[in-house]
This record gives sequence, structure tokens and C-alpha cells, in this order.
Amino acid sequence: MSDQINSGRRKIVVITAAAGACAGVVAALPFAATMLPSERAKALGAPVEADIASLSPGEMQVLEWRGKPVWIVRRTKEMLDGIKKSDGQVTDPKSEVDQQPDYAKNEFRSIKDEYAVLVGVCTHLGCSPQLKSAETQGEMGADWAGGFYCPCHGSKFDFAGRVYKGVPAPINLQVPPYTFLSDTRILIGDDKKGA
Amino acid sequence: MAATEKQPVTGLGPLNGVVTWVDARFPLIKLWEDQWGKYIAPKNFNFWYYFGSLAAFILVLQIVTGIFLTMNYKPDATQAFASVEYIMREVPLGWLIRYLHSTGASAFFIVVYLHMFRSLLYGSHQKPRELLWVFGVLIYLSLMGEAFFGYLLPWGQMSFWGAQVIVNLFSTVPFIGPDLSEWIRGDYVVSDATLNRFFAFHVIALPLVLVGLVAAHLTALHEVGSNNPDGIEIKKQPKDPRTGLPLDGIYSHPYYTVKDIFGVVVFLFVFAVIAFFAPEVGGYFLEANNFIPADPLKTPLHIAPVWYFTPYYSILRAVPPMFTSQFPGVAVMGAATMILFVLPWLDRSPVKSIRYKGPIYKFALWVFVLTFLLLGYLGTEPTNVWGQTGAWLGNVERATVAARIGTALYFAFFLLMPWYTRIDKCLPEPQRVTWK
Amino acid sequence: MKKLSVVFALVAALVVTGALASGGDIKLDHAPGDVRDVASLQAGARTFVNYCLNCHSASLMRYSGLRDIGLTDEQIKSNLLFTADKVGEMMNTAMVRKDAKEWFGTAPPDLSVIARARGADWLYTYLRSFYRDASTATGWNNTVFPRVAMPHALWQLQGEQVLKEEIIKEVDGKDVSDGHGSVRKHSKLEIVTPGVLSATQFDVVAGDLVNFLVWVGEPHQVLRKQVGFWVLIVLGILIALTWLLKSAFWKELH
Repeated sequence: MSDQINSGRRKIVVITAAAGACAGVVAALPFAATMLPSERAKALGAPVEADIASLSPGEMQVLEWRGKPVWIVRRTKEMLDGIKKSDGQVTDPKSEVDQQPDYAKNEFRSIKDEYAVLVGVCTHLGCSPQLKSAETQGEMGADWAGGFYCPCHGSKFDFAGRVYKGVPAPINLQVPPYTFLSDTRILIGDDKKGA
Repeated sequence: MAATEKQPVTGLGPLNGVVTWVDARFPLIKLWEDQWGKYIAPKNFNFWYYFGSLAAFILVLQIVTGIFLTMNYKPDATQAFASVEYIMREVPLGWLIRYLHSTGASAFFIVVYLHMFRSLLYGSHQKPRELLWVFGVLIYLSLMGEAFFGYLLPWGQMSFWGAQVIVNLFSTVPFIGPDLSEWIRGDYVVSDATLNRFFAFHVIALPLVLVGLVAAHLTALHEVGSNNPDGIEIKKQPKDPRTGLPLDGIYSHPYYTVKDIFGVVVFLFVFAVIAFFAPEVGGYFLEANNFIPADPLKTPLHIAPVWYFTPYYSILRAVPPMFTSQFPGVAVMGAATMILFVLPWLDRSPVKSIRYKGPIYKFALWVFVLTFLLLGYLGTEPTNVWGQTGAWLGNVERATVAARIGTALYFAFFLLMPWYTRIDKCLPEPQRVTWK
Repeated sequence: MKKLSVVFALVAALVVTGALASGGDIKLDHAPGDVRDVASLQAGARTFVNYCLNCHSASLMRYSGLRDIGLTDEQIKSNLLFTADKVGEMMNTAMVRKDAKEWFGTAPPDLSVIARARGADWLYTYLRSFYRDASTATGWNNTVFPRVAMPHALWQLQGEQVLKEEIIKEVDGKDVSDGHGSVRKHSKLEIVTPGVLSATQFDVVAGDLVNFLVWVGEPHQVLRKQVGFWVLIVLGILIALTWLLKSAFWKELH
């Protein structure tokens, strides 16, 4: 056979192989797509509404969103002062690590100073930390200003969910997307109104 | 040191090094050349020779779609029906995977039937390919089992009652029948236990068997070589001095590689028309009654198996009960499938291809094909579909009479074969294949 | 190839005769729906939740799925969400299955895939074929589904029908009795107490409802055909390419 035939043949081989490879990749997509969260998973992971009307200052409310505990803490003046005080002791005082929506990237990591909304999962290995008020100085150390303590490996966070220096957890607690539907109702999981 | 004597691999560009390394430690090139690359095939394959590679393609399609369905299907009598609909509605593009699988099941049988018919046309079961044919029949029977087990899984009314009827066939076996069917079901009726074990058979046991049998089928094929539409053995031809191949032989690669790829794409086009635009095919591929969840207390008015079983179902129904037992019908139906195994030894024709076989075989084959289609059609319908004969024939159902005649013709095709293939007036076979 | 076409023609003939033979006794009216008609689907959805969902469920269908027929979550919540709190829930019925079985003798079937089991034409004819019959438990009967346990849920809309049976002996002066001497009967449904809607209006309501049920039976059916269209185009191109590829290699064989 001559080289001419060969170059023509080569062209069609390359074109067909390229087209076939593209079609093959596209054909693989539906299979991959079936492994995405289904409508059921999405419905179960839908935003949840919290009624905070009966939450008194200093108290914490826990609810479940996407299988994880979400804390809502109504912070008192003292708790907020404690957060300010701990600026020097925490790893990431300015919330530089992307662990919160933009609207919570502020001093108290929240939309309203009074209410902290945090995903209650330790950023070390996924245990759920406990609330330790400032009164537990005996067990938490003399300068404890109140916050959260992870029983698994001893990580400490302040009331803004910021991680203390020198503990196993590397970064601050996550702030979920949320929005205030009214003064007493918070929607967790969605920050666009009306979902 | 065989490994050091091997030649370095060339012609793969940047992959040469890697493939040479692997080939020194694993017979990669040898496997490729034996099984496909340097496999010498006759150059005159026609339309009917697409279906082998298509069957292999569908096997892969069914396995892959099946794996992804298994990720969301629940083999539990209380959840199975809803989980199939969950796949159809809630899993992203789950409907597509499910339709590919359900359409693939029917497509598999269409392709396998055409592949088997090819054998009858060109004598591909005749010596020296008897074992190849036997492996093929084993694949066909495993495929029937695979389809039967799989059809229970959606847990609709047809799933349930189809399984109920088929399992009850085993209860007609003398003496051990009732215990046997209970053992198969794991219960007194088709139930959760049955569903669970059928699931196990469908997703792992029979697929393993099928893949193994396909490997054996292909190994046997590549040992004896492919038949062709002229039914002559190209291995006996003198070698072409330029290529060293038999005069009518070509390498599978690249010639049949590109031809089969073309065949697969054309098949996919037809397949896509069905899967995307008419996945139910008027109730033949997906039956309407199977959209009603299984109800052990309510039998649908008309139970018909899926189309690919209906020829045998017709044969089953055609045989009247004898000695107060349905077993004769079951036995005849079993015989109708088992007889396929001995086909190579029933065929005594001195030539292979229908092109050179005599008029009797041609006639017999067409009668057989029409009979098979007729039996298949009758199996989808209730036995009163054609009404009753007049009083002169005793007011029996016309369709039952037709099914009985069909059953007789079905067996006649095989049982009379040793006789009619011997007396048939065959034409002389050519030395070279007919091509272009 | 000629023989082959004969075989295919034969198969086609068998299938067609089969389809004709299995048509059934009752002549079904053609359901007018189109699953791409979003307005019709929305109207059907309203009728469905108001009249069907009291007894029947569509437990495989999520309310949020109704977004696909152009409804927003707000619309679903305020107009359709009577049996659930959240749009993410399934369209279940308020009625307990066991109660239903006591009241009707049989639990009302789930309607998620009823259109795929029964067919649109059957549903459309069935919904319009209820008539008054004092001999049944509910006081209703149906020409498509004789002695059905379901009462006429839409009777306020359609009104009350009765079945008038007339015996036809002659058509155009010709005797129509068959060979066995029996006469042809012709039954006709007639409205005796008009409902809120006229007959034509009611047909539209029933048509929209059936259309909705057809959609619920397979919510992705429109998408399926759209995807299929593009798949065929791509495969068509691949057919051309692979044919050229095959020819490029095979032309050197002689």
C-alpha cells in the first residue's frame, strides 16, 4: 500500500478514535451521576428551621442538619467579652480559614452577635464537643473564658467556635449557611430566603 | 529464560517501554495475538456475523448497568418495588441506567437468537465446532436463568406470578416435586426469602457462570477457527506466499475490529431508539401489570412470560396433563431446550452452509423459524386468542391446536434431521469463499 | 435479504393482530393529554390533591418533584400541601390503610405508577364512566370497572349518570341479531343530575387529571426523549465515522 492511503487512513483513525473517546466519556457521565445524592437524600438534607423564641441567654439548642448536630447558642454579654479576651489565645482569631460564610466572617463569627450558629463537629476527628461555661474554670484551667471542649482529644474552642492554640484540632468550628427568617426563627442550611 | 528472549514491543509509541516490561513478565502480546490480534478469520463474514461481538458487548453493558442498579436496589419484599421506582425517579439519571438494563435484557435475547440462527444457516455447529456450540447452548440456558431471576427483582405482579408459575413447574416432578419447589422458594409461596436468593443468583452467581462460559466459548472458537457463510474451512486452503495466511483469511485486527465497532454503533442506534423512545415496546419488554406491586392474593387475569420465554411457554401449555400430572408438559419443555445440545450430532449434512445444502434443509429451516415465531407469539397470548374450532374438531381452542402442531414441528426439525440431512441433495462446496 | 424481509413482515403481522386481539371488550376513549403541557399538568395536580389524595397515595412521588411541572416551593406549599408539612415529603394519603380496607373492602391502590399499569385511555374512560347503581355498597358502579369499590369521587363536578340500556333489533331496517339469536345491546351513560361542570368542562378536568397521572407515572419522560434525541444525533455521526473507518481498512482487501 502507498503512503497516501496510509495518511488518509490515519486521519480517519484519529478522528474516529477522538470522537469515540468523547462519546465514551459522555456515556460514562450518567453512571457517575447516579452516585450523586438522590432526591431523597436532598429532601432529607433540606434546610431545617429552628424556633429560638424560648432560648434564654447562655443556653444552647441542638438540632440535626444533614446528620450533624448544629448548635445555636444565645450568647450573654459575658460570653461575648470572653471571646474578645481570647483573641490572643486562638489560632485563627480573624477567621482567615474558610470555615464560615462571608456574612459570618467577623468578630463573633455570626450574623447577630447574640446568636452563635455552629456545626457541632470537632475539626480534629469529628467528635462532638461539649459546652463548658466560664464557671468550669476548675476543670478547664484558670483563664478559661467559656466555650467548647472536645472529650475525645481535648480540643478547646471559644464561644465563637474558634480553636485554641496547642490543641489537636487545626481549624475553627464550621459555621453552616443560615439566615434569620424572623427574630425568632432561623433557617439552617440555606442563606437565600424562602426555601 | 523465555523472558529475555522476547522481542521488545514496537509500534505503540510512548507505551513501548511499559508494554515491553509487562510482556516480559506476563504473556500480554501472546494473549492479544492468540485471541484477537493475529487470529485469522475468513474475510467473507456477512450481516449474520455481527451478533457474536454484539452479544459480548451487551454482556458488558448488562454487567455495568447492573452494578449501578445494585447500588440503589433493595432485595427486600417490602422495599423492592419502591426501590426500582426510586431509581426511576429520585436517583440522578437512574431511569436511564434502568432502561438500558431492561432494554438490554431483551436485546440480549434478540442478538443471541439471531446468533444461533446464524449457526443453523451456515452450519457453525457442525464438526469441528460441536463443543463451541455446546458452550453456546450453555450460555443460552444460563442467560435464561439470569433473565428469570432478574425478572423477579422489580417485585411487580408479573415478577411475582411469573416466578410462582415457573417454580411450580418444579413441583410437578414426580415424588420430590413439592419439596423441591419449596426448597427453591425457601417458603410456601414466592416471598422475601425467594427474592433475596434470586437476587444473589442474578447479581453474582450466574454472571460469574456467564463470563466463564463466554471465555470458554471464545477459547473454543479461537482454537477451531471461525466458520463462514460458505461453510468451508479456510485452514485447509493453501497459504498466500506474500502474507503466510490462508488465501481467504485475514487478521481480525484491524479488519474485524473496525467492522465490529461499526456493528456496535449501528446496534446502539437501534437500541437507543427503543430505550429512549419506547422502552416498554408495547408491553413486550416491560409489562404493564408489572407496574402493580406483587400481591400474593390477586392473580392478574392474563399471565404471560416475557417474550423471550414464550416459545417454550407455548410448548409447555400445548402438552395436555397426563395421568393427572402436568409433568409431561414440563418434561417436553425441558426436552425442547435440551435437544439443542445434540444438534451437532443430529446434523449429518456433508456441507455446512445453507448455500450448498439441499432443498429439504432449506424448507425445514424456514418451517422451523416460522414455527418458533408462531410459538413465541402464541405464548404471549391467552389460549383463547383465536377462539374455538367448530364442533367437527370438538370445540377445542384453535390456538392450542396451533401450539400442538408447532410443538410437533419444533421437535420434528431436530429429530428428523439425521434422516433429511442425509438424503438431501447438496451442491458441491467451492474451494474459495464467495466474496464481493 | 428478501427472505429476511418476509420474516420481519410476518412478525409485524403477528404483533399487530395480537395488539388488536387484546383490545378488550369496552371501547376506551382516547385520553387527550400531553405531558409537555405544563398548564394541564398543574390543573391535574390540583384536582389530584383535592379529590384523589384523600384516599389514594402517590407514595413514590415527592411533592418537591412538582417543581418539574413549573411550580415553585411556595406554590406547592400554599396550594397543594395538605397531607405533609414539607415539600420534601412523599405524596402520601391522610387515610390509614387499615381504615380504608374496612371502609371500602379493599385498600385504594397507590397511584404513583397507575397510568403505566392501566394506560391513559383506560383511566380517562374510567373516570368518566361512573353511574348510579342502588345495588352496590357505594351506590355507584362503573362501566369500565364493574362493581368497583371506589365511589365516584368527582361526582360533584360531573353530576350523576345512569346507565340506559337499549336493545337494538334493527339498524337501517336490517336485523342485527347474531347467529345465535341474541340481540345486540347498546348501553349509554346519561347525566340525570347535572354537576357543577358541563360535560365538556368535565372532560377537560378528567383529561388534565389523567395527564398528571401519566406524568407522575414517569416524571422524567420528557427529559428521556430530549436526551434520546441528542443521543441519536451523536450515534448517527458515529455511524458515519465508523463506516468510513471500516471502509478505509477494508478497501485494501482484494
